[in-house]
Amino acid sequence: MAQVLIDTANHIAGYAAKAARVKVVAAYPITPQTTIVEKIAEFVESGEMSAEYIRVESEHSAMVACIAAAATGVRTFTATSAHGLALMHEALHWASGSRLPIVMAVVNRAMGAPWSIWPDFSDSLSQRDTGWIQFYCADNQEVFDTIIQAYRLCEDEGVFLPAMICLEGFILSHTYMPVKIPDQKEIDDFLPPYRTGWILDVNNPLSHANLVSPEWYMEFRYMIQEAMENAKRLIPKIDEEYGERFGFGHGGLVEKYLCEDADLILFTMGTMGSEAKIAVDNLRKEGLKVGTARIRVYRPFPVEEIVKLAKQAQMFAAIDRHISFGMEGFLATEIKASVLNQKDPPPVAGFLAGLGGRDVTYATIEKIAKKAFRWMREGEVEKETEWVDLRG
Amino acid sequence: MVTIKELPKEEYLLKGHAACAGCGPSISLRLLFKALGNKVILVVPACCTTVIQGQYPYTSVNVPLQNILFESTAAAASGIVAALRQRNLEDITVVGWAGDGGTVDIGIQALSGAAERETNFIYICYDNEAYGNTGMQRSGATPYGAWTTTTPSGKRERKKDMALIMAAHRIPYVATACPSYPLDFVNKLKKAKEIKGTKYIHILAPCPTGWRYDSSKTVEMGRLAVLTGLWALFEIEYGHFKLNPPSDRLLDKSKRKPVKEYLSLQGRFRNLREDDLERIQKWVDEDWEYYSKLTSSSASDSAPYGKI
Repeated sequence: MAQVLIDTANHIAGYAAKAARVKVVAAYPITPQTTIVEKIAEFVESGEMSAEYIRVESEHSAMVACIAAAATGVRTFTATSAHGLALMHEALHWASGSRLPIVMAVVNRAMGAPWSIWPDFSDSLSQRDTGWIQFYCADNQEVFDTIIQAYRLCEDEGVFLPAMICLEGFILSHTYMPVKIPDQKEIDDFLPPYRTGWILDVNNPLSHANLVSPEWYMEFRYMIQEAMENAKRLIPKIDEEYGERFGFGHGGLVEKYLCEDADLILFTMGTMGSEAKIAVDNLRKEGLKVGTARIRVYRPFPVEEIVKLAKQAQMFAAIDRHISFGMEGFLATEIKASVLNQKDPPPVAGFLAGLGGRDVTYATIEKIAKKAFRWMREGEVEKETEWVDLRG
Repeated sequence: MVTIKELPKEEYLLKGHAACAGCGPSISLRLLFKALGNKVILVVPACCTTVIQGQYPYTSVNVPLQNILFESTAAAASGIVAALRQRNLEDITVVGWAGDGGTVDIGIQALSGAAERETNFIYICYDNEAYGNTGMQRSGATPYGAWTTTTPSGKRERKKDMALIMAAHRIPYVATACPSYPLDFVNKLKKAKEIKGTKYIHILAPCPTGWRYDSSKTVEMGRLAVLTGLWALFEIEYGHFKLNPPSDRLLDKSKRKPVKEYLSLQGRFRNLREDDLERIQKWVDEDWEYYSKLTSSSASDSAPYGKI
């Protein structure tokens, strides 16, 4: 029988690592991630989880230990936040370049200076180009389900890439919600034993990741891009199959809500997607034809889905919880890039909200939508990037 | 104790590798495999061996080799050891093989962490006393007075004593070695293989390219380092310090050759003044007074880590 737990997303992430039968966990504490690795430490010490737990001396070592363990033939897991993720940066490239299916929970937290422990996406979005698949979750159930789905995806021979499962600090990490945990046997049926493309093997001695000349480097990079494209095709299928088996699907690459007849589509990521649904319901009551699309997978970026939405909507608004300084929100840029070559693409208005953990409620999103509607009717995007609720 | 005749004929560092002529590290790597065989997983960070092993799709190393980030040899070894335990493959020896920069500078954090966690592996620092692969820049293991490309007039600080830093981690086995004394190195590796926990071996690996001597003189250079007492061959087993031949005969200062005999043969020490030589000689003599104390306290003290 499936079990329903009421617990925080961090603890749920720990339950997911256990359910995935992870064999090596290498971890280092950082707020707000810490309770994930605390939960796993309890599981390992109590014997509920049969795994090695390496209490490393830094996040950099955590990622490297996961790389090496994954290369030695076992399923690995780690978790981090903000500065811990930034410290891993170099090793993130090494993991994807080595084509190792590591899964990591990233509990989103704003980057310093100044210190902040509250959420935004500046940590994980700064790792956009490391070759990791990136999922963004909207609730605790999705955290559990996506970790399980991610192993299935990453260990597919057409993919063999690592994935980060991003969840916003405190909003999810420390918030209790009911979560359905399927039976272990059902999870085992869904998720076969660990698979990887290569292994450190004394019976087949090879050098891995040794120097590659310009003659071959580009080909290795092309193969990563191919793997990303494969992942883009597989993610909706895996999510659908998971939904059929366990009752929860999460929209594949993009979770769409009332987009079919919408004039305005609000693009969000993470928990803002849940708030946006409430905002859409309220605005619909006022007769505004608005829908919302939550980007669940940021890498690979769901260009084709956005192109489809561009054909039906008159206006796009992207709400970003992160800025690329000197430009704009990442989501705004990428949505513009996705539709640029289409005929008469809708204008894209960018809104920056919720940096450093400032609340983004449905009321905030309603305000954003109304502004976007006004610009739509006036036929002009007044500001390329609007800072929502900026003081002073 | 293995003798020369008993060394296996098998070679796991293959011909055609890309080391410089007279490369001390590559001689050491060849000996490593002779001592440990091929049931070994080798972890190599950025270092000369990155180049020595050859470019994709070739390799000159006939054991599984994981190339890894510069500062993370010991972290990678930790991951491999953990995975092997989960797969019941604990008879495979995991070896970290890193240069001096990758050990005493950028890699010291991961190494210290792995040692503190009592990770079951052998870590070897092959020390050519500078960042050799990038063209001889100063490292924390570069000795006082040595020319490097970033200390053009000679380094003004002393070499870090990494073996004793590792001994302070209370790991079961710490040793120093030099490829000029191959059997000493091989036997230390064999001993390390049988001990559970973190084993650290620091090799002084002469580098003709960086030290500026003729490539035919590598063995001689290593011998002089030992015979002048600038490099002592010792092991610290469960806290007990012991000098190994020929260093065990050098406690008496009169038995040691003057440091000048070693330093004057290397272009990197060309700029040493007379007072530099005196200073280095004085430091060596002080080191040996310390070795003398460690020797006598280890002989009288049965408690592990009594004195170190």
